[in-house]
Formats: sequence, structure tokens, C-alpha cells
Amino acid sequence: MLKIRELQFDYKKREVLKEIEFDLNPGEVLTILGPNGVGKTTLLRCINTILTPKSGSIIVEGENVLELPRIEIAKRLGYVPQNTEPSRLTAFDAILLGRKPHIEWGMKEKDMKITRQVISDMGMEELALRYIDEMSGGELQKVSLARALVQQPRILLLDEPTSSLDLKNQLGILNTVVEVARKEHVSAVITMHDINLAIRYSDRYVLIKDGEVFAHGKEEVITPENIEAVYGVKVTIGEVSGYKMVVPVE
Amino acid sequence: MEYYCKKDEDEVGTLPEKYRSYIDRKTSFILLSVLLTGGIFLYSLSVGNADLTIFEITRTILGMPAELTHSKSIIWNLRIPRAVAAIIAGVALSISGVVLQSILRNPLGSPYTLGISHAAAFGATLSILAGTRNWLPMLDLPYMTTLSAFAFSLISTLTILAIAKYKNATPEVLILVGVALSSLLTAATMLLQFFADDSELPEIVFWTFGNLGRAYWESIYIMGFITLLASAYFFYNRWNYNAIDAGDEVARGLGVNVDRVRLTGMLVASLATAAAVSFLGIIGFVGLVCPHIARRFVGDDQRFLIPSACIVGAVLLLASDVAARLIIAPYVLPVGIITAFMGAPLFLYLLIRGYSH
Repeated sequence: MLKIRELQFDYKKREVLKEIEFDLNPGEVLTILGPNGVGKTTLLRCINTILTPKSGSIIVEGENVLELPRIEIAKRLGYVPQNTEPSRLTAFDAILLGRKPHIEWGMKEKDMKITRQVISDMGMEELALRYIDEMSGGELQKVSLARALVQQPRILLLDEPTSSLDLKNQLGILNTVVEVARKEHVSAVITMHDINLAIRYSDRYVLIKDGEVFAHGKEEVITPENIEAVYGVKVTIGEVSGYKMVVPVE
Repeated sequence: MEYYCKKDEDEVGTLPEKYRSYIDRKTSFILLSVLLTGGIFLYSLSVGNADLTIFEITRTILGMPAELTHSKSIIWNLRIPRAVAAIIAGVALSISGVVLQSILRNPLGSPYTLGISHAAAFGATLSILAGTRNWLPMLDLPYMTTLSAFAFSLISTLTILAIAKYKNATPEVLILVGVALSSLLTAATMLLQFFADDSELPEIVFWTFGNLGRAYWESIYIMGFITLLASAYFFYNRWNYNAIDAGDEVARGLGVNVDRVRLTGMLVASLATAAAVSFLGIIGFVGLVCPHIARRFVGDDQRFLIPSACIVGAVLLLASDVAARLIIAPYVLPVGIITAFMGAPLFLYLLIRGYSH
């Protein structure tokens, strides 16, 4: 599904990402973990070619997205940035906007139908006709995710989707992502700071240190040694009510 | 790619009806405004020295024999060109304003943000002086002032576009470049004015007052053609502007080539504005206020905002021109003064009252 090979990115001659490589299967959720400023957001932007990598390849279903026109990339990759600017648009229209890569002149009945479906799947009927400039951060984040879903992408890219949300909204957003991934065989790449939340929802992990992949794999990579190496914090890993928990011990 | 459409239609809920009535409200606003424009258009034809009733005017327009021999010529050569010019310039300024506010991500964006009015004033001043002093005899053509104003508007626009393209400047930087260029061109214009003599100075100052009385059919055809193309281009890009309004990152993620949409939008808006300003002079405030008036009624959705702003621009400029001709009749005030007088309080009122839902 997604195959990243030797991805490099420089910012003003400074190497930000070096030799990034990882794979992701259909329907899997992958979380990119690493400390602030390590290049997690940069990596997501590179995958979506909002930033142009210096070299490497990003293969989505056999095609290198670096060789595709922007509009074709938008049909394959749905990007949910950390922030979306609220304007005076109803949630319905803001979500409908996600059909942009698929339209020629204007929105058709089919686009409306897909939008309605996503709104109904996410239980957002109540929000649909409210203006997004009057919404809370959690509601706006839902709109943002819904917009990426109506894009009908093969891969979802989410940049810290939970960072400004309360507990319930954090779970809500991630539940939706996992559900879509399982049902529609869409893969998701998420950046997150909360390791425990990541463990709860991810199938795979990429740990980034100094612009390189430090560890990549399933749950086995979440070890106290790896976390200490990446974050510089001593932790212990325990279990609470069946959920694996990472607890700092310093 | 039908992954997301598995459920039956009726399971999806009652949303579409509510949504459709919401869309209908916006469409009705646009249709009502078009009717209003038509009404003011007819009324504006009846305002003037020769007392013509709306009935006579309608007969003349429809090609029926007129009761007064001169009414045909007054209507077709004076009043209709004036009213049509008001509509075209109103549309050009307002649509350019609405698009620049979106692509420059700034609510204070207007057709003059990129320094067009100052560039045009400088071009006109230079041409007036060159004409009276015979600096370049071979260039002493009719419409030279218009051409010179237009040429300098384009030079100013292209300077900003070049900076945008080669320096990857952000919208904020572009606005500041516009401010710097405006200031430079104002200084240059003042320098020329300082050396102008008693007969040239009034001509220069008068040029800068936007005046719809300067509209002739040839100029209307040119302005109309450019404005029509610009409007079609802007409306075609309405979803691109909606995407940019959600943020550059969102827009790029949706497949929008943000840099190209931004540069082309600036170029097209500048052409439409430069055409209106070069023929008619500087008509202030329309391009800033009309988009905001339209926003208060239809919100920020560019599908409705672009057409609404066009119509609001046409209505405001037509109404301002009627006022300009009535206030101290039989004298006619320059319409630019009226737009500022009518526009500013209206703008303040709408800001204080807030959005209409």
C-alpha cells in the first residue's frame, strides 16, 4: 500500500530527514513517534508533497507520488493538517470541499451523496448546517477529518489530530480513523505526542530520532529502551485494565 | 471508489432538504439583487437635466418611436453608457476585491492593495504633462492618458508578481510590497504635480476623481470584455478559493496549485481593475466594501460570494452615481467621492450589526 524508500529532506541546507524508510499495509494505522522538532510534521508534508523531498520515493499502490500531478495525489492521499482556518462556511460545505480533487466544473449529486454519507457515518448531522467559524476545536477537527474522508483517499495523513482535543474527542477522532481503516482498507499515518493513545490505536510505529528511523515495526518496538533512546526519558511499561501503559519513572 | 456509499439513501437522514433550503436562500438573495440592479438601472436613466419619464425611457430602449426627438440621443449616448459603465466598473472592482481578499488571506484586501490606483494616477499624470508640454509628439494620441494609466498599472502589478514568483513571497509580504510601491508612486506623482502649472494641475487632480461621465461605448466594450472574462475565470475557480480560505495546507492537500491560483488571480484582478481605473479614474472603497457587504448576506462560500459581490458592486456604484447627480443638481459630483461617503457608513453599520443569518 505505502512504501517509503530513502526519503530525504533538507531545509535551507540543513538535513531534516535522512534515509526514511517504512512500509504500511492496507487497513493499518501507523503512528510516527518522536520528540518535538524531529521532523514528524515535515515527514507527513513530504509524503503529501506539500514539501518537496530532496530524494527518495513514496510509492502508493505501485505509483510514485513524487511523479504524479498534485490533483492525482489528492485523489490518493487525504491530509488533515494540525490547523484549519475557520471561515464562514457551513460544516456541510466545508466537508463537501473535500470532493474538490474529483470535480471538473462543480459539485454533482454524487458528491453531495458522499458528503451526506460521511456526515451520517460520523454522527455529525447536528453540526452539518452550523458555520465552522462558530465551532469549537473538537468540532472543527471532526470537520477536517470528514473533509479528508470525502476525498476517498487510499491513505489518510493526520498531523497531531488529537493535540488540542479533550479526552472524549481524542477517542472519538481516533475511533473514526481506525474504523475507516478497517472497513474501507484505507491506511492511516498519524503523528502524535501521546504514546499511550498511540499504543491504543496503532498497528505499527515509526520512531524517529535525529531525522532517521530509529525503530520501525509493530508493538514490539515500544520498549522502555527504545523510548528512552528516542525521548531521553526513563519509562516503565505496565498494564492497566488490559491496556498497555507507558509511565515515566524519573 | 464507492467505499463510502454502502447504506441506503433513506438511511442518510433529512439533511439534504434543510441544506437545499439554505442554498435556496442564498440563490434568492442573488436573484433579488439582480432585480434591484435592474430597477436602479432604469431609475438612473431617468435622472438628469432633460426630464424623461421611465415610460419614455423604456419606449426608447425598446426601439419604439420617441415623443421627444432628442430623447433617443440622450439615452443612448449619455445615460445608458454612464449606467452601463457603473455596472461594469462596480462588478470589476468588487469581484477583484473579493478574490484578492481570499488569495491574499486578508480582509483589507482590495483592488488597490497591489498599488494599482497609485500606478494609474502616476501614469495619467505623466501623460497629461507629456501632452501639454509636447515631450513625445509621436505619442500624442487620443486615449493616451488611459493607455499610460493602464501601462503603469500593469508595470506595478508585474513588479509584485515577479517578487511573488521568484522570491516565493507570502501574502503578507505581497501586501507590504504593495504598500511600498504605492508610496513610491505617490511620491513620484507629487513630484510631477509640483512642477505642473496652473492649467495642468486641475486636469491632473480631476483625473484622479473617478468619473462615470468619461464612459463612451468604445471604452465600455473594452472594460466589459475584460470584466466578463475576469468574472468567468474567477467563478470557475470558486472551489479553489474556498480551499485557499481553509488554509494553504488544506488547499494543497486538496490538489490545488496554490501558488499558481494566487499569481493568476492577482494578475486577472489587476487587469480588470486597471481597465476600469484607466478609463474612469479612481473609484475608491467599492472594491473593499462591496465584498464585505456581500459576505454579511451570503457568508464566505465563494460559490455565492463571487456573484453576490458582483451585484452588490454594481448596485452600490449605480446608486452612488444617481446620488452624485442628484445631490447638487444640475452639477454632477465625481462618483468616487460619493462611494466613499456612502460606502464607509454602510460598512460601519454592517460591521456593528454583525452577520445576517
